[in-house]
Amino acid sequence: MIDKGFKIANKIFKSRLIVGTGKYKSFSECAKAIKTSGADIVTVAVRRVNISNKNKARLMDYIDPKKITYLPNTAGCFTAEDAIRTLRLAREIGGWKLVKLEVLGDKRNLFPEMIETLRSTELLTKEGFKVMVYCNDDPLMAKRLENAGAVAIMPLAAPIGSGLGIQNKVNIKIIRKQTKLPLIIDAGIGQASDASIAMELGCDGVLINTAIAKAKNPIQMAEAMKLAVISGRKSYLSGRINPNLFGSASTTNKGII
Amino acid sequence: MKIKNKIKITVNGKQMQIIPKFTLKSLITKLKMPLNKIAIELNKKIIDKNRISKIRLKKGDKIEIVHFIGGG
Repeated sequence: MIDKGFKIANKIFKSRLIVGTGKYKSFSECAKAIKTSGADIVTVAVRRVNISNKNKARLMDYIDPKKITYLPNTAGCFTAEDAIRTLRLAREIGGWKLVKLEVLGDKRNLFPEMIETLRSTELLTKEGFKVMVYCNDDPLMAKRLENAGAVAIMPLAAPIGSGLGIQNKVNIKIIRKQTKLPLIIDAGIGQASDASIAMELGCDGVLINTAIAKAKNPIQMAEAMKLAVISGRKSYLSGRINPNLFGSASTTNKGII
Repeated sequence: MKIKNKIKITVNGKQMQIIPKFTLKSLITKLKMPLNKIAIELNKKIIDKNRISKIRLKKGDKIEIVHFIGGG
């Protein structure tokens, strides 16, 4: 099977790697990492403008929203009302309807508050938003989000920014089996192999921020993640061999001396 | 000369003084904000950016001006 890219809310994206734009040393480093990663979509946050420093550089000066899809998030929101207010503002900046919903329930572990997340998904969908939803790795909740109108299911691999990698492969596999919606691992990736594993589990994409932005060499890590996602996807599509407890020689014994 | 009757408004959590009948457009211009890169809320209601020249600010108005920043 050949990878033809993936579709979110009827739009086809070539790269299966979505990159976050937070935590970089500078906007120029961020822009360079995004370019190297090959990402077609980047997540962005909505915050107050600094009115006392009018000349401060802006993200939009470095990353052109005409060339790359901005995916506004609701980072820092703890209620459906906060999330909806934030995304309405994001839509007003430039007409974005494709959004990443993230309603948190705990400041320390940053786990999603799923009741509020579900409520927000319903309300935002009714308003015409195309909602990609950060969620826990619970297959039952994933199903409910799908029924509520989510356009992508984005379970965490581990807590946001933890770099712990995929902690519950079984749940991710179950979610994969039950949904045809784009399935994107949203948080907890630490290194390139984690991204490959996510893709080998059958995920449609991976969203990475901290693992690239806080790497010692973010630009090189952006490239590593790009290759890992491509590699993992190809591996998944190629159909792996069945794991076997015992060995199976690669060289025939026929003609042995 | 000090202008009398200045009114207090709050912009992004900071108090500002403006002259009466100051429009939202004048405020955005004064703050040098690029309209295509921001969204504006007036007293928690999102404002259509095409209408800002028609909106006159009043005492106690709370304005939020937001833009996109880096995020995950």
